[in-house]
Amino acid sequence: MAEEVVEKKTEETKRVIHTYPLIRHSDMNEEMRTEAMELCVTACEKFSSNNENAAKMIKETMDKKFGASWHAVVGEGFGFEITHEVKNILYMFFGGTYGIVVWKCS
Amino acid sequence: MPTKGTARGKAPPGADKRKAKTIKDDDTITELREDLDDDWTQPKQLVKPDDQLQLSEAELKEEFTRILTANNPHAPQNIVRYSFKDLQYKQTSSVDQLAIHFALDGNLIHKDSDEARRQLARGEQGVEVVSEHQSEAGDVEKADTGTDTEGGEKAEGESGKEGDGAEDGAPTPAPAAGSSSEKKLTNQFNFSERASQTYNNPLRERGTTTEPPPRATYSSNVTQWEIYDAYQEDFEKQEKSKEKKVVPGRKDEETKRKKLTIVDSQSDDISSVARGAKIIERMVNQNTYDDVAQDFKYYEDQSDEYRDQEGTLLPLWKFSYEKAKKLAVTSLCWSPCYTDVFAVGHGSYDFMKQSNGMILFYTLKNPSYPEYMYQTDSGVMCLDIHPTQPYLVAAGFYDGCVGVFNIHENKGGPIYLSTAKTGKHTDPVWQVRWQKEDLDNNLNFFSVSSDGRITAWTLIKNELHYMDVIQLNTNDLLADAVDGSQLATTGAGMSFDFHKQNDYLFLVGTEEGKVHVCSKMYSSTFLDTYNAHHMAVYRVAWNHYHPRIFITCSADWSVKIWDRTNSKPEPVFTFDLNSAVGDVAWAPYSSTVFAAVTTDGKVHVYDLNVNKYEAICEQLVTPKKKTKLTHISFNTEYPVIIVGDDRGYVTCLKLSPNLRKMPKEKKGTEQVKPEEKAAQKLEFEVNKMEKLLAMVRQPDNKEKEKH
Repeated sequence: MAEEVVEKKTEETKRVIHTYPLIRHSDMNEEMRTEAMELCVTACEKFSSNNENAAKMIKETMDKKFGASWHAVVGEGFGFEITHEVKNILYMFFGGTYGIVVWKCS
Repeated sequence: MPTKGTARGKAPPGADKRKAKTIKDDDTITELREDLDDDWTQPKQLVKPDDQLQLSEAELKEEFTRILTANNPHAPQNIVRYSFKDLQYKQTSSVDQLAIHFALDGNLIHKDSDEARRQLARGEQGVEVVSEHQSEAGDVEKADTGTDTEGGEKAEGESGKEGDGAEDGAPTPAPAAGSSSEKKLTNQFNFSERASQTYNNPLRERGTTTEPPPRATYSSNVTQWEIYDAYQEDFEKQEKSKEKKVVPGRKDEETKRKKLTIVDSQSDDISSVARGAKIIERMVNQNTYDDVAQDFKYYEDQSDEYRDQEGTLLPLWKFSYEKAKKLAVTSLCWSPCYTDVFAVGHGSYDFMKQSNGMILFYTLKNPSYPEYMYQTDSGVMCLDIHPTQPYLVAAGFYDGCVGVFNIHENKGGPIYLSTAKTGKHTDPVWQVRWQKEDLDNNLNFFSVSSDGRITAWTLIKNELHYMDVIQLNTNDLLADAVDGSQLATTGAGMSFDFHKQNDYLFLVGTEEGKVHVCSKMYSSTFLDTYNAHHMAVYRVAWNHYHPRIFITCSADWSVKIWDRTNSKPEPVFTFDLNSAVGDVAWAPYSSTVFAAVTTDGKVHVYDLNVNKYEAICEQLVTPKKKTKLTHISFNTEYPVIIVGDDRGYVTCLKLSPNLRKMPKEKKGTEQVKPEEKAAQKLEFEVNKMEKLLAMVRQPDNKEKEKH
């Protein structure tokens, strides 16, 4: 029993550690990718309790910076199948629990 | 309005000149003006009506006095009005003498009037003012005359209303002239706009559609456990790569990813510019090797004219590849389709020093780097490009395998390869040669190896099927061997060649120096056997034109030419080249020209038609004496040969004019069809050879007769 508890604890500490943004899939170029990632991080930190607002902010900022027709999804659990313009997708995890998809398609 | 003023002033005087004379004595200005007018006008011709009274002189001179008064004859002269003052009717003394016969409201306004000022202020608008002006003209007129009288310009006009307009006109010219410097309004009567209409170009619609940006689909699921797993995986990866305490941070992540992407993008870039780079490379080579290219195309050795028979070889490009420098050239083959492309097989002839092999494709357009390359584990000993599908290359290896390479497929290795299971040779494969497609249209080729087998390989689907055509270690050989030693019994094939016309007929040269004439039909016996050489027969080749002539070369320093129909098993010609002969090749342009390479680094070119005993060119083409020449091949179109040596170099040489003497074309043959021409050429070349053969035989026969 004692061992189990210890294990759990370590796991939990690990979990706490893993909050950095983790890019799962992206075919953007380097510059765009970092910018988009930073944006997602700021948006999620700013609206930590409201995913809708975070997604809105990501979408609007991306529209401004890289041209129209961006889409953003922020959530803790969802499935998606999307068609995107090549070199314009970013799928990342953040904060240990959030999944963020940002893509462009007009 | 100056213009209007004058117009109005001038018109009436013409009409009432006489009236003015008689009625107005004080109107001197008018009179003066009339006088002035008379001075320059032409005297008038009086036109008399027909019914005019003819009066006598006395009658004419008679004076009638008539006093004209201003009184209106129709005006009543006895108007009586009731006077309230005197309480009685009284006759009025003054009677209105004015009678209006005609009145027309003009559209002129005085320039000093309020209306005129207003319009002047708006005058900038130009045309608009005029039109507005006209519409308002009626009202303006009244105001105009009103102001006129009030201003007291005219003394006589005191009683006047509109009626005195005629008298009004005369004095106005003075102020009109004074104001001419003011802004002019448009002349209403003969004004025309100066604007012009230009031609309008016709409109045309033009539209294009662009390709939509490329898209891709991506799908995934976001769940808590997947997120957790992803983090876990990444975490472990980080730990492994660092083997340190994990410092989870964005920066590490980023830098890692940065490096990755940089590598990615670079590889992408290279592949995308590959074609461009290739073109640039060729352009650069074209510039660097410009002089060589010029020589290739245009240089003809002038000294040939003075040497009458001998010729020379002009070295052109030298082909080499870094990785193939230590590997001997074991085979050369021109592409049957592209006259500037050839394949080179690299391997080693040294039994003790065997290493890997290479197949390289060069083009004359780029001598600096091979077009295609394949690396093989075993040395390449021979290769052949398919005559109709030039992207297929058959190769034989030192380890006994045969393989087929496809240049179109971007594979690093062969698309077919024989294995121990599928009947590979047990000794080096010395020659491969593509054959015509079989009945099922399957591609197939033959190979000869020193294990004594001649094998046909067929490409069926993904596999290489084999069939032994002939086994060289037969009983005949055993019987031939006098001492009955075992070694002599094995026939080791070194080379073969297929007859140009008879599909079934082929020659096999062996390591023992024998040449067998074989048929594909009989797998156990030979049609004929020549004891041609004392050492290995390196090359056997049918003549391109004459169907019975073939040539052999051997390590025993000799090159021999044979006639199949010769009754005795003797060569027609024998040449001693004073060194082992690596390769010999007939020239594609003549039946009597062939070239051989020897291990002392020399190229020998013979033209039997010119000299039956000596080479017409014997030239050292290697920089060092030690270098051995291994192979030679004629280009089918250009007068060049390529020569390979045992250091991995391939040299391209140009034949001087003496080495490629062509039959003189008869006059009038230019119109002949190409097929006929080819037939003529064939006949000519065969006859040339026949003549030679006859010359060689004659002395023999004569000798016989003597005996």
